[in-house]
Amino acid sequence: MSFLTGTLEQGLIYGIMALGVYLSFRVLDYADLSVDGSLPLGAAICAILIYNGSNPWLATLLAIIGGAIAGVFTGFLHTRLKITPLLSGILTMTALYSVNLRVMGGNNVPLLRAETVFTVLQDIGLPEKVVSLGVPLVVVTVLVIILNYFLQTELGMAVRATGDNEQMIKAQGVDTNYTKLLGLSISNALVAFSGALVAQYQTFADVSMGIGTIIAGLASVIIGEVLIGTGSILRRLLAVVAGSVMYRLVIALVLTMGLKPTDLKLMTAFIVIIALASPSIKKKLRVGLKEGKYAQS
Amino acid sequence: MLKVKEVKKTFNPGTINEKLALNNVNLNINAGEWVTVIGSNGAGKSTLLNVIAGVFPVDYGSIYIDGQSILHQPEHKRASYIGRVFQDPLMGTAASMTVIENLSLALKRGEKRKLIPGISRKDRHFFQEKLSQLGLGLEDRLSVKVGLLSGGQRQALTLLMATLKKPKLLLLDEHTAALDPKTGQRVVELTKEIIEKEKITTLMITHNLEQALKYGTRTIMMDEGQIVLDIKGQHRNNTSIQDLLALFEKASGKALNNDRVLLA
Repeated sequence: MSFLTGTLEQGLIYGIMALGVYLSFRVLDYADLSVDGSLPLGAAICAILIYNGSNPWLATLLAIIGGAIAGVFTGFLHTRLKITPLLSGILTMTALYSVNLRVMGGNNVPLLRAETVFTVLQDIGLPEKVVSLGVPLVVVTVLVIILNYFLQTELGMAVRATGDNEQMIKAQGVDTNYTKLLGLSISNALVAFSGALVAQYQTFADVSMGIGTIIAGLASVIIGEVLIGTGSILRRLLAVVAGSVMYRLVIALVLTMGLKPTDLKLMTAFIVIIALASPSIKKKLRVGLKEGKYAQS
Repeated sequence: MLKVKEVKKTFNPGTINEKLALNNVNLNINAGEWVTVIGSNGAGKSTLLNVIAGVFPVDYGSIYIDGQSILHQPEHKRASYIGRVFQDPLMGTAASMTVIENLSLALKRGEKRKLIPGISRKDRHFFQEKLSQLGLGLEDRLSVKVGLLSGGQRQALTLLMATLKKPKLLLLDEHTAALDPKTGQRVVELTKEIIEKEKITTLMITHNLEQALKYGTRTIMMDEGQIVLDIKGQHRNNTSIQDLLALFEKASGKALNNDRVLLA
């Protein structure tokens, strides 16, 4: 039971990150690797502030803002300096590694017995189990509602159109540099938000905790699409969150089966490879079957 | 209305691929005129439309709309008063978004996009009315993703989107060339209906010489980055396709060479 709730909690917390990746990768059609840096950035900002006695809610808010700034930086590299999307993300990610070390003043910040958003709620009398599942659940629910609304506003639709057909939305009078910047900042803000909650949940922040974030995010997005499908915006957002929970569940199961935690990244990479390759494999299989038929006749 | 003055544009300057696309182009279009543009491959027709729309800057010269210079404005700013339909039917619409979402995006062309719902109930009826005028049955398919529509339907939708908010200038870049003849004919008829009803000043590139003379109020012919022929009024009415070909040969010293040109 605790195995399942723990997985669900993690899935929801990382689900916030997956929502961010969905926004850049699917909505904007922009493979943004800076999330590998903005997740630990959120964790670092939040952890160091809490460590120094700041209010955990305020620390989380500042972590979100930090992530948004990282997204703007990536967007700036791409839209103003005309650096390719992939390289812009890698540059931000690399730069953030040093930034994160500076923010934390070392490789990691422990938060044992420190005041986090989880302990604050326990202090006012809520049971620990309710808090550790309730906080991620409420946060994810609120974020899904907000994103669902935003993506159907005039501005949100312009962001979606930017990812779909940039030429078209330019001809409709939208500054696509602005919509990209906006989309990337929201995306990275969400990822940093996730990082801030991860740090408080596991009671430490570590500089290497962001490695493979983009892949975990992609795996969640793709698993969600396969399992829940792509209908309305709301359905897609829920699919991303469900995909994140499923992803954590698969990992937890594999770990209980005896795989080493250090093999996780390799396994995740394979999940994403299979998911991304499946359409072309299916196609090849179909063509192969057809050819077989012709050969027989 | 539109004034293009001494505009020059060279692609890849200083390289082996250097190409003088616009060579001192001068063009004055009055409000309400519908100008059809014809010419060989690489004559500069699309380049002319693209410099007006702001896709890329000019090397020299100036462009005015209603007496105001527009050259300092980026493409998305000019879009507030310029409507465009492209040759590729896939280019003018967002495939993953629904018909009503695409129309709603177009209704706000040139306006600030706000944090209010992008689709409003009262627009729905307006869109249905506009779509029913196309006669393609799209009025019942508002919630269908545009990617599921045919090329002709998408092009008709793009045309509607370009004119939903009346533009000062409409730029049509061979917008029926990629369609089958029957659909192309339908789209060009729709174009005529909309332009004449709304009295929109229009520049239309076409590879169909018959279309070039049949539609619009004025025809210009381009060759090697220059306007070599400009006819309108009675003179134009008396011009046949054969005359047009002869005029082209006389003006440019060679035969009209467009691998897609249609004589009838």
